[in-house]
Amino acid sequence: MARLRKPKLAVWKFSSCDGCQLSLLDCESELLAVAGAIDIANFPEASRAVTGGPYDLSLVEGSITTPHDAERIHRVRRLSRFLVSIGACATAGGIQALRNFKDVRDFTAMVYARPEYIDTLARSTPIADHVPVDFELRGCPISKAQLLEVASAFLNSRRPNVPTYSVCMECKRKGATCVLVASTTPCLGPVTQAGCGALCPSYHRGCYGCFGPMENANTDSLNQRWQALGASAADLVLAYRTFNACAPAFRDAAAGLDAERRP
Amino acid sequence: MAVDVRVIERSDLSALLVALREAGYEVIAPVPGDGSIDYDVVTGDGERPAGFSDEQGPGAYRLKMCDHELLFDFAAGASSWKKFLFPPSLTLFSAQRRQRSFEVLPGTADPPPRAFLGVRACDLAAIDIQDKIFLGGAFVDPSYRQRRKDVFIVAVNCTRAGGSCFCASMGTGPRVSAGFDLALTELKIGERHCFTAEPGSDRGEAVLARLGSPPAGPALEAEARSASARCAASMARQMVTDGLRDLLVQNQEHPRWRDVASRCLACANCTLVCPTCFCATVQDVTDLAGERAERIRVWDSCFSAEHSHLHGASVRRTTRSRYRQWMTHKLAYWIDQFGTSGCVGCGRCITWCPAGIDITEEAAAIRAGGATTTAPNSGG
Ligand code: SF4
Ligand code: SF4
Ligand code: SF4
Repeated sequence: MARLRKPKLAVWKFSSCDGCQLSLLDCESELLAVAGAIDIANFPEASRAVTGGPYDLSLVEGSITTPHDAERIHRVRRLSRFLVSIGACATAGGIQALRNFKDVRDFTAMVYARPEYIDTLARSTPIADHVPVDFELRGCPISKAQLLEVASAFLNSRRPNVPTYSVCMECKRKGATCVLVASTTPCLGPVTQAGCGALCPSYHRGCYGCFGPMENANTDSLNQRWQALGASAADLVLAYRTFNACAPAFRDAAAGLDAERRP
Repeated sequence: MAVDVRVIERSDLSALLVALREAGYEVIAPVPGDGSIDYDVVTGDGERPAGFSDEQGPGAYRLKMCDHELLFDFAAGASSWKKFLFPPSLTLFSAQRRQRSFEVLPGTADPPPRAFLGVRACDLAAIDIQDKIFLGGAFVDPSYRQRRKDVFIVAVNCTRAGGSCFCASMGTGPRVSAGFDLALTELKIGERHCFTAEPGSDRGEAVLARLGSPPAGPALEAEARSASARCAASMARQMVTDGLRDLLVQNQEHPRWRDVASRCLACANCTLVCPTCFCATVQDVTDLAGERAERIRVWDSCFSAEHSHLHGASVRRTTRSRYRQWMTHKLAYWIDQFGTSGCVGCGRCITWCPAGIDITEEAAAIRAGGATTTAPNSGG
């Protein structure tokens, strides 16, 4: 017995690279099921046909970086029953939050011939800094399996199975040999939230922290291990300041190391 | 009854594997996996990779090649037999919507009968502990029972202690005493490379009879025993178990918990590599259309917040409380619950801890004293 009415989905873009919303299009084998189960009412990347709100579920990609964004997100919230922010930009400010450590006017002056035309905010901030968010789905980019899980959880009125523990749990469950222990490769996995399926360690790379800080992230302890492996404080600052540079635990870890470096 | 210990020459070991396969078992044996010893199904002629060894210590593991050509010169890797008996992920059942009702469909299929080749004494003790947990109480775990019931165990006595091992102090190794079908000891005496083979069951006896292995004789038997004894004597690490349960129970507020929490990453590696840790969580997943649902059991850990989530919040919010929960359960409350320590001294949690935390050192630090805010302890 199918549902009486297909739930309406909207996908919104703010400051971002589109990679996360493309994850939805990348659900090749599941796409028919998605289209069958959901009325994709507003998804400009997929179709020009747009149905007006309200929407049962809004997926919001991107961070807030302009005054216009800061207003538009309130309209999106009003139109949405559930609002799920997706990706490192929407949940932590993204890689563009590196501006938060500098004066953004220096960047605009460097890049644009007429910087006075650029209307941008001093900081790149996550969606939850502006409106209440029902769920934050991490990742740069998000995992399509987790995206389907979250969508299906909201549509079936259950809690999503999206854990907040470490990437190490995924390594061990899949039997990937720990690169940190077995080959002294620096890895951010012990402070990073699971979700990618331990992708990098499975290919003999250390984790880059794409899914942001895990619950109870103990960056001090991991820093010591990295430094014992020969990493400098500067290496660690660079490692924390990537896709999730402004996620609090990573931001604070890098700030602490920075302060140590320049007392 | 004196057991009739036989000898299997190195060149005949593959015949043992083939004989087990012919007896209807899927044979699983150690393999030099991706940088660490793992276990995999034996195919082909049963020949085993030779010359692998390892170096281990807190937070460090190196798989290495030696020219000694031994087949079992390594200690435990990150994997354990747990993954076959209590898989990291198991679909318990699924449900398909049918009109106004639903149909329940079976979950992950049960594997064929298996033979585990190369079970070390610590791991055999761990299997015995998990048997108590999953089969011993009022509620039997049906998937564990299915996976466990026909397992043919070829144990291998350790002759070299790994850098993290402390089985001798836990009383579980390095030599097996019960619970196996066959127990091998690898020996290299001059040019001779062979295995003593001790049957531990009628099934084991039958396999040896089929191989036609000759008696080992007193000299080889004595050499096998002394190889194990030398291994035990060389084990650098140890856990002092005298009064350990009471010591931990009485030191819940010991300052060492805070100290270890400053190093612990709460990453859960220790619990997932531990061959006795048995925590799992059950996840219900549904498809988008609401037509199909699955119930999946996956390994969980007391180091995750979700694990202690009760009535709307986690009751163990700090890493201090999680490490303390793990260690006191393992070494103290396990005894109350299952009549045995939860630790067999395999050393996996020490090697695979990215922070290099050593459970024996933590226990020793608590024994060494320091401020307590609960009943003073007797020092064990
Ligand atoms: S490889 Fe990285 S993420 Fe995986 S277990 Fe090791 S430290 Fe953790
Ligand atoms: S607690 Fe550590 S040493 Fe003891 S059985 Fe578990 S993994 Fe092995
Ligand atoms: S003791 Fe080590 S392996 Fe266990 S959770 Fe803490 S840091 Fe991770």
